[in-house]
Amino acid sequence: MIRAQVIVRPRASIFDPQGDAVSRAIQSLGVPVKQAHVGKCIELEIEGDDAQAARAKLETICHELLSNPVIEDYVLTIENGAGKK
Amino acid sequence: MRWAVVRFPGSNCDQDAFHVLKNVLGQDVEYVWHKETSLGGADAIVLPGGFSYGDYLRTGAIARFSPIMNAVKAAADEGRVVMGICNGFQILCEAGLLPGVLIRNNNLHFRCETVNVRVENADSRFTGGLKAGQVLRIPIAHGEGNYVADEKTLDSLFANQQVIFTYSDGQGRASAESNPNGSARHIAGITNAAGNVLGMMPHPERASEAILGSADGLGIFESVLASYPAAAR
Repeated sequence: MIRAQVIVRPRASIFDPQGDAVSRAIQSLGVPVKQAHVGKCIELEIEGDDAQAARAKLETICHELLSNPVIEDYVLTIENGAGKK
Repeated sequence: MRWAVVRFPGSNCDQDAFHVLKNVLGQDVEYVWHKETSLGGADAIVLPGGFSYGDYLRTGAIARFSPIMNAVKAAADEGRVVMGICNGFQILCEAGLLPGVLIRNNNLHFRCETVNVRVENADSRFTGGLKAGQVLRIPIAHGEGNYVADEKTLDSLFANQQVIFTYSDGQGRASAESNPNGSARHIAGITNAAGNVLGMMPHPERASEAILGSADGLGIFESVLASYPAAAR
C-alpha cells in the first residue's frame, strides 16, 4: 500500500475570500493574524508498492483533477521516503 | 434545430433550459445523461446550472471528466454552439474549453438576485439580436462566480471581443457595487476564441418569459438560433 498526501493551496497572487474571512475571524478573537489561506489536504491510499510509478500518475492527477493550475499550487508527498515534489 | 441539454448528477437548471427551448422557442430538444458518449447529432448544446457532483473539490472539477464531455469537446471543435450557464460555465473552464476559472464570490455570499448584464459584444453568435451596450435584467444564483484569469488572458479576451457580458448598473456603467461577485473586470460571460462556446454566470433560461419578471434572456437563445443557417433552424 502506498500512502500519499496532496496539499492544495490557493496561489498567493489570487485573492482568497475564504482565507480573508478566516483571517478576520481570527482577528476578532484577538490574534493579530495578517493573512490566512485556506487550502485542502487530500489523503490517498493506493494499491501496489511501486512508489515511483505511482508518483508519475499522481502528478497528472494533481495537475488535472485535484488542483487547478490557474489558481492553485499543490505539494505531493508520497510515504516510503519517495520524497517531496 | 436539435438541442441537447446535458444532465450531470446535481444539475438543477436542466428543466428550465429544456422548457425555454421546447415550449418558448419550439425547438427539438433532448436531455443527455452525462454518462452518454454521444450527443445524438445535436446542433447546439446546453450545459445547465446546478451543483454537479456537489461542487466537490472545485466547481465543475469532477464533471469535466464525465464521458459526455469528450462529445461536447468534439462538438465545440466542429463549431457547434455550446452554452454553459452558471455551473455549465464552471465546467467549461475546468474542461479547458474556456480560459480562466470561477472562484468563490469575493463577498462570500451566495448571490441570488436579478442583476444588470451589459452586452459588450453584439456581434457574437449569442448576441446577434441584441445591441452593444444594452442592459439585460437576468438573475444570478451562485456562490462561485468570481471570474479569475491572469492579466494577459484578460487583455486578450477583451482585445478579441470574447467578453460578451459584463455586470453593470441599470445605465450600463460598471462599478464595484454592481459587480455581485468580484469578477475580474466585471466579466459575466465570455466565449472561446472561435466564438462558438459561451460561458455565462447569469441565467437567461430564468428570464425568458414576461411572467417570470423578465424576458431579456430570450434574446440570447434567439440569437443562437439566428446564427445557424435558415435551413438548419
